[in-house]
Amino acid sequence: MSPILKEVRSLFVSLRLTVTLLALSIVLVFWATLDQVHLGVWAVQQKFFHSFFVVEKFGEMQVPVYPGGYLIGGLLLVNLLAAHVYRFRLGWKKTGIWITHAGVILLLVGELVSGLVQKDYSMRLDEGQTKNYSESARHNELAIIDATDPNFDEVVAIPESLLAHGTVVQSPKLPFRVVPRGYFPNSEIQMRSQVPGAPPSPATSGMGPMVAVTPVEVNYTEDGHNIPAAYVELVGTDGTLGTWVVSIGLGNPQTFEYAGKSWKILMRPERHYQPFSVTLEKFSHDIYPGTDIPKNFSSKIRIDTPEGGPGREVLIYMNNPLRYAGLTYYQASFDTDHTSILEVVRNPGWLFPYISCGAIALGLVIQFLIHLAAFAKRRRA
Amino acid sequence: MSKRMPLFVVALAAVCFLLGLYPGWVRQPKAVTEFGRIPVLADGRFKPLDSVARSTLLLIQGNQDVTTPDNVDLTPDEWLLDVLFVPEKADTYQVFYIDNPDLLSLVGKGEANLKIHYLSFKELEPHLAEIESQEKLAEPVEAQARTRFQSSVVQLYGNLSHYIRIRRTILPEGSTDFLGELLHIQETLADGIEAVRAKEAGKPHDEAKAAALIDEGQKFVNMAESTDILAIPPDEGDPDPNTWHNAGHALLETFGKGEVNPAVLAYAGMGFAWRKHDTASFEHIVGLYQASLDRRYAKQAQKARVETIFNAAEPFYAGMWIYLGAFLFAAVSWIKWPEPARLSAWGLVALGWLIATGGIITRMWLEGRPPVTNLYSSAIFIGWGSVGLCLILEATFKNAIGTAAAGMVGFATLIIAQHLALAGDTLEMMRAVLDSNFWLATHVVVVTTGYASTFLAGALAIIYVLRGVLTRTLDKDTADALARMVYGIVCFATLFSFVGTALGGIWADQSWGRFWGWDPKENGALIIVIWNALILHARWGGMVRQRGLICLAIFGNIVTSWSWFGTNMLGIGLHSYGFTAAAFWWLSAFVVSQLALIALANLPLEKWRSFRSAQ
Repeated sequence: MSPILKEVRSLFVSLRLTVTLLALSIVLVFWATLDQVHLGVWAVQQKFFHSFFVVEKFGEMQVPVYPGGYLIGGLLLVNLLAAHVYRFRLGWKKTGIWITHAGVILLLVGELVSGLVQKDYSMRLDEGQTKNYSESARHNELAIIDATDPNFDEVVAIPESLLAHGTVVQSPKLPFRVVPRGYFPNSEIQMRSQVPGAPPSPATSGMGPMVAVTPVEVNYTEDGHNIPAAYVELVGTDGTLGTWVVSIGLGNPQTFEYAGKSWKILMRPERHYQPFSVTLEKFSHDIYPGTDIPKNFSSKIRIDTPEGGPGREVLIYMNNPLRYAGLTYYQASFDTDHTSILEVVRNPGWLFPYISCGAIALGLVIQFLIHLAAFAKRRRA
Repeated sequence: MSKRMPLFVVALAAVCFLLGLYPGWVRQPKAVTEFGRIPVLADGRFKPLDSVARSTLLLIQGNQDVTTPDNVDLTPDEWLLDVLFVPEKADTYQVFYIDNPDLLSLVGKGEANLKIHYLSFKELEPHLAEIESQEKLAEPVEAQARTRFQSSVVQLYGNLSHYIRIRRTILPEGSTDFLGELLHIQETLADGIEAVRAKEAGKPHDEAKAAALIDEGQKFVNMAESTDILAIPPDEGDPDPNTWHNAGHALLETFGKGEVNPAVLAYAGMGFAWRKHDTASFEHIVGLYQASLDRRYAKQAQKARVETIFNAAEPFYAGMWIYLGAFLFAAVSWIKWPEPARLSAWGLVALGWLIATGGIITRMWLEGRPPVTNLYSSAIFIGWGSVGLCLILEATFKNAIGTAAAGMVGFATLIIAQHLALAGDTLEMMRAVLDSNFWLATHVVVVTTGYASTFLAGALAIIYVLRGVLTRTLDKDTADALARMVYGIVCFATLFSFVGTALGGIWADQSWGRFWGWDPKENGALIIVIWNALILHARWGGMVRQRGLICLAIFGNIVTSWSWFGTNMLGIGLHSYGFTAAAFWWLSAFVVSQLALIALANLPLEKWRSFRSAQ
């Protein structure tokens, strides 16, 4: 092996690297905690942990200023594996450390997997309401609905990201092309009469001419809501049908007739459909007597599958979620006394932390007992 | 020094503590004590009036003793009796603590005398409108962003409304003979109801009688809206024994039932007797009312009785001074009388720890919860856990280091707890999201033990530095032993802080669907785990030796205090409970002091008194 390679190897094997990486990770976590005050927890995760470098903006320049979670975590993983391949010798005295380190490796890998594949949605249900979908808290879609048949809707959903990139969409289910003409991640929607100096609207159809859309800065805080808006032109075989303004701030869909069919167009939170339906039978919200301290929330729901048969009734409450069909339903919040908000999470990696933390804890206990036994033996001697 | 010294010292401390438990020692009439243990439903739980009195006093004036303008000392129960039944007198007691100069000048006490900090309700009353309008301006500002004046005015406004609501527990505004009023209503009720019915039906009626009754009804509505203390038990035979009412609410039922609620009458009777200084009648009525509650609410009455004794015994306050004594004896043992002083210190630590254990168990029984439920109880439990570990250290090493550390950590954590108790009732109810005894018993207890042991390692390291730099008592054996202790405790801390944090992740996965959410408190705990791991790896890799280990352990104090208090100050995330503005100052001061100790540890060895003499 060449001397340079040896040097590199001994760097990756060294405890010095471990300590350096641990110190770097402490600073990273601390900094990310402070930055949450401004950015909110979701943006902080993207900036500090799900990244190779923490990037700060200086004017227009984007400068990487600090190693991010992927880099530190990845190097720790390499360091650990290298140490075990080259430095550690098998022996009973180190059993605990071996198990602990195996757990740490699993934990790091598991966090990576969770970060990549975990999806969360929420489901807002009034008492008596039934839904077979949950909605994304962060992503939206443009839905164009063929509502001709009163019994069912034919929906074409276009993700927000395509609107943002200006991608023209042509679908065999639509007799027209969808051409994005402008997109704002956050905006203020007002009636045109309230904004006297507003520039003329590019929108010509539906609500378009009546509302004024003013782009505003994206809000990253935890409870801050963004109201994305877009202009979309629909172009048929004989030329344009008009330009619509769509936004989740607009509420009800706009309707129009084309090619002998009734259409609806709207922007709404991205939906995730599931092959069963959930009905909220009862929502309960107890408080301690004489106070407004919440004591318990619970949602009694019924799950119905297309196969029919009696629905399954489940009570979801704090610290007692429902795991069903790869999804987990949690009691997250409520609106009025009759509206429950459930959080719906798909995380195929949810078992990783259980196993890895179990291994780490076991390893630490074993190592602790080995040390203790050695200490007691020395003292007796 | 005699060999009997340790025994004598510990016995003396124990006797002092036990005297506090002896009822005959209490400086108030027995009937007042009996009054104090009447249970009411407040803040969502049954508690004795004694606890209402004490937590209110702690909240508004910062301590539990009241001195009247005539220089009479009142116990909390006597103060509460005056507030409830002789409000015009209680309003002159100076119990509202204000330390902000701007706020003092707002209430007219700015220029004249800067030494005045305690004001009476009567003195504040003319300024209520100004206080309210300033509060309305300050309240929308987030707690962390408020100026000192803004936080003070919000706090004062809250304290004043709290006081007014307590004052309205039984008596309506301005009433001086409430018993007389109630008896009068009882007598004229039938006629009055008839008059009102006739009036509503548009028939001829006695207008005066109807008006009087409607007046009373309006008074009761006002009462029902102006207090949150549910002092009146449900009627006998009520299927739901938890539907307690406030006095106004119970009185409103008079018209439907045709009789005045007997519990309200009992309270009015107590008030009458208390106003008249008629001790015999007061004792009699309190006794009768207690007996009826004892019969119907045996469990609540028993808990109220125990809580009253617990309040009077103040085990954590007593423990605080015992720990301080232990620390002093331990320090003395390094200079003079090594064995007797060391054993005295050990005995005191054990006594303090037993008292704290009793206190924690009592709290758990009262609350029906695991030991740690809020910031206050975490301070007590951190102290308890550290001192417990110290007792083991001392039993193993027998060099008074364990007891010195125990005294230091025990005293510090209990002082912190004393200050946290100023925020109100420390046995508060758990919010829905935290309402899980299983996770409180596992995650919270284990992670708090992790905090406790990290602090303990830091405390041992501080002893190393101070003894080494300032005294000549740190010989090589002691230094090595101390370093070994620090290393052992860091190992222990790594285990507990990791397991505790992981259990927290599992709880989060069970409740919110994510194992790890990068919440500030979670991050704080994670930093403690990584810091402990860093210390261990730095030592294994030979990057630090004895003094380096000591410095890292002291820095652990900063890391832990950040996680314990600092993260709550950000005002975000799921754990942002218990923010106090004053805490920020103290946390900064603590961090600076720890950095100073680390700087001290880095003095060249020839400047250390111990090592200089060794060379």
